[in-house]
Amino acid sequence: MGMVTVGLPPFQALVDAHWRDVARLARALAGPVDGDDVAQRAWEKAFAAYPGLTSAKNLRSWLLTITARCATDVHRARRPQRPLDDAPPIAVDGPDAADWPDPDLWQAVNGLPERQRYAITLKYVGDLDHHGVAAALDTTPAASRRLVSDALATLRRTLGVTS
Amino acid sequence: MNSLEDRLTRFSTSDLKPPVLPDADVAYTLHDTPIGTMLLAVAHGRVVASSFGDEETITGRLARAVSPRVLRQPRALDVVRRELDEYLTGKRQEFTVQVDLALATPFQQLVLADLRNHTSYGHTKTYGQLAGEIDRPKAARAVGTALGANPVCVLLPCHRVIGASGALTGYAGGLEAKRYLLNLEKKRIISP
Repeated sequence: MGMVTVGLPPFQALVDAHWRDVARLARALAGPVDGDDVAQRAWEKAFAAYPGLTSAKNLRSWLLTITARCATDVHRARRPQRPLDDAPPIAVDGPDAADWPDPDLWQAVNGLPERQRYAITLKYVGDLDHHGVAAALDTTPAASRRLVSDALATLRRTLGVTS
Repeated sequence: MNSLEDRLTRFSTSDLKPPVLPDADVAYTLHDTPIGTMLLAVAHGRVVASSFGDEETITGRLARAVSPRVLRQPRALDVVRRELDEYLTGKRQEFTVQVDLALATPFQQLVLADLRNHTSYGHTKTYGQLAGEIDRPKAARAVGTALGANPVCVLLPCHRVIGASGALTGYAGGLEAKRYLLNLEKKRIISP
């Protein structure tokens, strides 16, 4: 023993504090059916990787990043197989939000380009700052800011709201 | 108040499901007993905690000393709970589950590791006697402190060690608990 030097909290404390946030984000990103699968996969990945973490900081952000990546994996797996690698990517909408609370808003969100949809969901449902969003999307905070503001502008236009 | 950002933030969905996780490196549960709520934990099939300490403190220590993969998984504690319940109702005098002193310092390990051989069911011993038996005749006080820090209470019977005057002195689970355990054992050897 004595391998642990960074003072990671017991994994149960992460589960207790964050499982609802992970489940909510997973459903917002992947829909009600795939969302639960995404959340479960994210926890399994986090559990496997946990002892190897070198910092006990930003564990919530770390969990939501894993969740976003699992959602991307599921999303990509759902994409129709392309016969040719150089074919242009098809636009794939997010989950169908017809039955969700505030369906107008979420139908509009789910019609956004994928990166914008992820950025805005991580920012507002995940309650991450732009550093957290950037980490989850493997980009810079400036790029995250741009994705979010572009997404908000599109949503305002689509929904005809001014604020 | 009803801005776009607020509406996004308020995304809600019902019947969220908690994750189902693989077996933890350290599995624990909180177990209600006649002497109070105890935190029981196993790692690699051995009992690493049987404690009256609070959940956050004990699981935090286990995370540092054994593995951070600590989870509340009551089923891993089934055998320990059953043996403990049997002991606490006088139906069992010895435990078959193995213990691991991962939470003890080297000196505490010296005092606690052979405690089952130095004590016997229904009988008490003084701190001084125990200190003599482990070749630390002048360390009665330190032995008392080490027993007080026992991470595996009841299974390692630190309750059987008392002050030279016959006073129960102290116990992690409170003096009431110590009295309960000693009375239980005494009754059983008088009228088994």
